Amino acid sequence: MASDSIDVRYVAKLARIALTDEEVERFGAQLGDLLEHVRALEKLDTGSVAATAQVIASRNVERGDDVRGCLDRETVLEQAPQRQGAFFRVPRIIAAE
Amino acid sequence: MSKETIESSAAAIAGRVGARELSAAEVTEEALGRIAASDDAVGAYLTVLGDGAREHALRVDARIAGGESLPLAGVPLAVKDNMCLTGTRTTCGSKILENWIAPYTATAVQRLLDAGCVPVGKTNMDEFAMGSSCENSALGVTRNPYDLSRVPGGSSGGSAAAVAAFEAAIGTGSDTGGSIREPGAFCNAIGFKPTYGRISRYGLIAFASSLDQIGPLTRTVEDAALAYDAMAGFDPMDATSVDRPVETAATHLRTDLKGVRIGIAREFDTAKLGAESHACYARAYRDLEALGAELVEISLPTADYGLATYYLIAPAECSSNLARFDGVRYGLRVEGDDVQAMYEATRAAGFGAEVKRRILIGTYALSSGYYDAYYVRAQKARTLIAADFAKAFETCDLIASPAASSPAFEFNAKSDPYSMYLMDYYTIPFSLAGLPALSVPCGWVTPEGGSSPMPMGLQLAAPLFEERALLGAAHAYEVATSHATRHRPRLAEVAK
Repeated sequence: MASDSIDVRYVAKLARIALTDEEVERFGAQLGDLLEHVRALEKLDTGSVAATAQVIASRNVERGDDVRGCLDRETVLEQAPQRQGAFFRVPRIIAAE
Repeated sequence: MSKETIESSAAAIAGRVGARELSAAEVTEEALGRIAASDDAVGAYLTVLGDGAREHALRVDARIAGGESLPLAGVPLAVKDNMCLTGTRTTCGSKILENWIAPYTATAVQRLLDAGCVPVGKTNMDEFAMGSSCENSALGVTRNPYDLSRVPGGSSGGSAAAVAAFEAAIGTGSDTGGSIREPGAFCNAIGFKPTYGRISRYGLIAFASSLDQIGPLTRTVEDAALAYDAMAGFDPMDATSVDRPVETAATHLRTDLKGVRIGIAREFDTAKLGAESHACYARAYRDLEALGAELVEISLPTADYGLATYYLIAPAECSSNLARFDGVRYGLRVEGDDVQAMYEATRAAGFGAEVKRRILIGTYALSSGYYDAYYVRAQKARTLIAADFAKAFETCDLIASPAASSPAFEFNAKSDPYSMYLMDYYTIPFSLAGLPALSVPCGWVTPEGGSSPMPMGLQLAAPLFEERALLGAAHAYEVATSHATRHRPRLAEVAK
């Protein structure tokens, strides 16, 4: 198992969470501590063991391709932090040339 | 309505409302009165439904007048605030959803309403169900009704406290690693987590999807069985919902344990919990035997790896599930210079420390270069843990163990995150295996430095889909020992 210390700033970037310097330090120590604990798993021989994603056998579920009722647009948009007409309003994503 | 009735079981309330000795409206007024009298001190609810509850009650009374027979007629219901109920605020205990109004109702909640329950409020919880004390809620403090200086447990601590303080007869909880069973144990309640997939998760805001399971918190095993019977069953809206007939449990409660083999795991040495707790569990095991059960020593050699396995799998799944909270479609938004800055500022302001920690550890465990070493290894460990239980259940019908590592502790006692995680040492392995398990009151212990005896919980677990056997046995133990009714919540001074 990896023994690298966790680069909290990089992981926070991946997770889209802005951290203060104080949080970087505090979470770094706490997560390092947790990783020490989870390293206990190195003692388990898992070489030939299959991974479990779901404990209860599940199958892919599909439904017929038919039109059904759903939440109406106004109900959904009422919860939007910002809207413009019938749309969610978000900051510009594609930069101007 | 007499004090005895509001403090009686859901079964008794439903019986009287069904017989038209009482109306659902009267029961609802009584429940709202209790909440008004004691919830300033307890803090079980984030939202009290008032007129909304009264409207539900009138509908129940109309259905009964129309001749319907409702198994939970007029029963006051507390709904954990990670479950949707149309038109009510559903916060997950988080600032990121502080003002979010659910536009639909969770299947499990709807089934309780169909059975006659009246929702009286939405209960406090650790933010996104991550925690064991409710202290991680961003929106309120919930106190243990048996000692207001102690936590109610978590994450379903609000529902547990509401039921314990007679502010509801049934509370809904969700359990990922122990979040129903541990607060049940702390608050002298039955906390029941059914088999994974047995109750629909549709409308439950996701934390760790391969582990999350809804279940009831109640004051009696019979009430837990009634709530389970109402909630369980296939739901096409949840792809992991199990399509398999439900064996009703409330019809098969037992009064003895003859012929039941109960496994005690050699690895779960209760001596390390302290002399009083050790004696409490030793007595509980003897009581099971006295009821006719045969105690069998079992071995769960990988159970000790449960915590490490869980703290990779659950955060990994949470980091993925909580990616949806990005300030675009619902919830909080904090503006930034561009969309990336908006995401980062929104999530920085909206999530509390524990949620951030779990997202970070999950993101790390899933990131390039670490995925196999952490996440896949944990998934393999999960296979071994489930196999240990399968093997153990070849020689026993149920497993008994402590439900939590200690009785309820004081506020701010677990400032180190890992010390909080250890509270769920006994519940997590069962969660990883998807097994049905519950906590039932098994005695009282006065913690060191404490002034009141606090409730202790015995965990009983069964093989997959053996809810009927599990609840049946828990009922026999509960009726024979009557631990729950030995002390009352310390709210007399509050109610005055």
